[in-house]
Amino acid sequence: MSLSGRLAASAVLLTASQGVFAQSRYNFQPPVTTVAEQIYDLHTLMLIICLVIFIVVFGVMFWSVFKHRKSRGAVAANFHENTTVEIVWTVIPVFILLGMAWPATKTILDMRDTTDPDITIKATGYQWKWGYDYLQGEGEGIRFVSNLSTPLAQIQGREDKGENYLLEVDNPMVVPVGAKVRMLITANDVIHSWWVPAFGVKQDAIPGFIRDTWFRADKEGVFRGVCAELCGKDHAFMPIEVHVVSTTQYADWVNGLKVASIAQVAADDRDWTRDDLIARGGEVYAAHCVACHQASGAGIPPAFPALDGSELVKGEHAGLLDIVLNGKQGTAMAAFGGQLSDVEVAAVTTYLRNSWGNSVGDEIAPDEVAGVRTR
Amino acid sequence: MAAVTPDQLHDHHHGPTGLMRWITTTNHKDIGTMYLIFSFIMFLAGGVMALTIRAELFSPGLQVVEPELFNQLTTLHGLVMVFGAIMPAFVGFANWMIPLMIGASDMAFARMNNWSFWLLPPAAILLIGSFFVPGGATAAGWTLYPPLSIQMGMGMDMAIFAVHIMGISSIMGAINIVVTILNMRAPGMTMMKMPLFCWTWLITAYLLIAVMPVLAGAVTMLLTDRHFGTSFFNAAGGGDPVLYQHIFWFFGHPEVYIMILPAFGIVSQIIPTFARKPLFGYASMVYATSSIAILSFVVWAHHMFTTGMPTAGQLFFMYATLLIAVPTGVKVFNWIATMWRGSMTFETPMLWATGFIFVFTMGGFTGLICAIAPIDIQIHDTYYVVAHFHYVLVAGSLFALFAGAYYWLPKWTGRMPDEKIGKLHFWCSLIFFNITFFPMHFLGLAGMPRRVPDYALQFADFNMLASIGAFGFGLSQLIFLWVVIKAARGQGEKATARSWEAAEGLEWTVPSPAPHHTFEEVPVVK
Repeated sequence: MSLSGRLAASAVLLTASQGVFAQSRYNFQPPVTTVAEQIYDLHTLMLIICLVIFIVVFGVMFWSVFKHRKSRGAVAANFHENTTVEIVWTVIPVFILLGMAWPATKTILDMRDTTDPDITIKATGYQWKWGYDYLQGEGEGIRFVSNLSTPLAQIQGREDKGENYLLEVDNPMVVPVGAKVRMLITANDVIHSWWVPAFGVKQDAIPGFIRDTWFRADKEGVFRGVCAELCGKDHAFMPIEVHVVSTTQYADWVNGLKVASIAQVAADDRDWTRDDLIARGGEVYAAHCVACHQASGAGIPPAFPALDGSELVKGEHAGLLDIVLNGKQGTAMAAFGGQLSDVEVAAVTTYLRNSWGNSVGDEIAPDEVAGVRTR
Repeated sequence: MAAVTPDQLHDHHHGPTGLMRWITTTNHKDIGTMYLIFSFIMFLAGGVMALTIRAELFSPGLQVVEPELFNQLTTLHGLVMVFGAIMPAFVGFANWMIPLMIGASDMAFARMNNWSFWLLPPAAILLIGSFFVPGGATAAGWTLYPPLSIQMGMGMDMAIFAVHIMGISSIMGAINIVVTILNMRAPGMTMMKMPLFCWTWLITAYLLIAVMPVLAGAVTMLLTDRHFGTSFFNAAGGGDPVLYQHIFWFFGHPEVYIMILPAFGIVSQIIPTFARKPLFGYASMVYATSSIAILSFVVWAHHMFTTGMPTAGQLFFMYATLLIAVPTGVKVFNWIATMWRGSMTFETPMLWATGFIFVFTMGGFTGLICAIAPIDIQIHDTYYVVAHFHYVLVAGSLFALFAGAYYWLPKWTGRMPDEKIGKLHFWCSLIFFNITFFPMHFLGLAGMPRRVPDYALQFADFNMLASIGAFGFGLSQLIFLWVVIKAARGQGEKATARSWEAAEGLEWTVPSPAPHHTFEEVPVVK
């Protein structure tokens, strides 16, 4: 079983509770952090204030609309100013606004306090998936990529849509309940936004910059969010799924991943045959490349070029490795050097050279990739 | 004061006829008419895009359009409605009505006026035409945020040039309006006697002159980042993607008021007419409009609360934004005080104006809620925001435009608008508007992001409702076309000079329809 398969399996085993996301239809989702709770209450307060103003202002307007009609014999008065009234309805709103600003200010100060975290996780937005790096605290060193797991057939209407349609991923982020989690948010290509409504957290992921936010989930469960900043074609298809689990379950998850990761490294350290590379490359292609270049390799020209028949793919190893490792500026082609291991790069490039109509018949070895990287 | 323009030296019988009349015209009424027709065509084009979007969102899954085209449609819907429909429509009103309201014979720069208009069709062709080039239209959202906009194909460059051209057109139009209002008022018409529509447009024109160059700068930097190796917005080259957002919204927030202040002006003309009572608090209306305009320059980053600003920044922009509620509230209170103890009748223009106050104010309330930074961080980039800005832009700007169109249609065509059809248009629009956009508040609160072609299953019901409403709203706008065509073809009740019983102002002293040349003899205002 691959690393990602283990990740998914262990996360599913750990969590029995159902998604909270689905419960809300008219209002914010039920809050599970103190910040989200404050936001919920602020919104309720604002609604009440607005409702009172609405009733008073439109009560007066509709009274006038119905009473002061020519058809009811109303004769127009001729007043057109009244300094006292005008001062009153300028000053009263100022006080109402102060009443709104005070609790909002307290909440902002709370939201910005990212000090003393128990765990620090970096979330990186990619077109169109999220990558997670556990940087500090229990689980330090864990890193994985989280892709939408809803099948294409459901999206295209060839299958019935599941309960968590578009809100489910292969590798969810897992955190322990009650721990203060500091999130460092960044992006690799364009601006994304990491959003989990039940946590009251939304932070734009800006390429080249790191911004931070935090949450402390008070309740175990599965919490779902989506990318909230338009990031291109598959903006609607890069959800966020966070599993909040007990501390012991979290420790099990961390240990399980460490064992799996050691096993994976050991398994990768061997001589790869072309067929092995192609098989592994197919998995890498499905996880990282298929959204743009399509399963058929035909791409969606001109934005996403075809790989089937591409001279770059079939040409010199150096050219192909360069674009995979370093990306192409000004296009959606990301630099995969930081995301993929030498084996994965070797596998996917070998796969490209020997798939669809491409039949170069050679392979690119992991050592060759390592050599190009060090250059 | 009476500036003699070349146009006055020959009468209209000697001008070119047919198509050439419209291409070469320097007459403010002809140009106003062209602006209004252009904006209505763009309104329909943007509407077709909106309905395609709503068709895709009718149910979960991808059915009608692919995500690439969907993003192009949302982007172009925004650009076309803002720069092609709403803004030119208000300039059309300004062209037609400002000279008539202040007793001027034409706009100050008549030839430049012609050029301001004729820049628009090429810009529209660039925008609409970009759908048909390789890669299609830009799909980066109407805000054109980099680095996404850097990834786009040549459709993006076409949009950049379209924005440049429309910006030049707007700046020229604005200069024309400022000079006309400041220099060409009839003797006796002091600034504080000016109709409020002229005041709001004067302030709007200053906003345009201040911020359109900022937008031009921002998109030019995008252009050089795309093609000439600069890195204004690329962190790898020492730039900052968020810098673009600051520049864009420094334009973008005043832009919001550019689209609503003239609407306030129109409503302030209509309410007193049908309440048969002078406008309440004229002076405070002028001060409130000016305050809104000035404040609009210091609130831009409330569009950017989720970018991760420093705490002090979040607090400042939240407080400044909340402050705008004060002058806006003053305006609403003044309108209601104008109605109070009036002798009201509800002809079509008054219905639209009353509907405007009611529905626009709901957009004001959600604006207050959006201003609270912690709440905004939750609802930013969700359907809540989509609901909010359609309440102020459709129920605000567009409803006021319709109110004004029904109000001045007799002056333009010489025929009264058909009350029955006009009222049908109003009630259909009001009801379908709310069916379309009210459920979007719930969608946004519950967590549906905007600019997505597909969504989770719990959003299905409200999306279906919104789509049904949208088609109703779209079709309702054809009723308006019916009213206008009827009046333009000379059918219906003939309008007198003072078409509405209690209408005040110089525009009602000239015959209906207004002759080609008006106020060749300068009127005197007492």
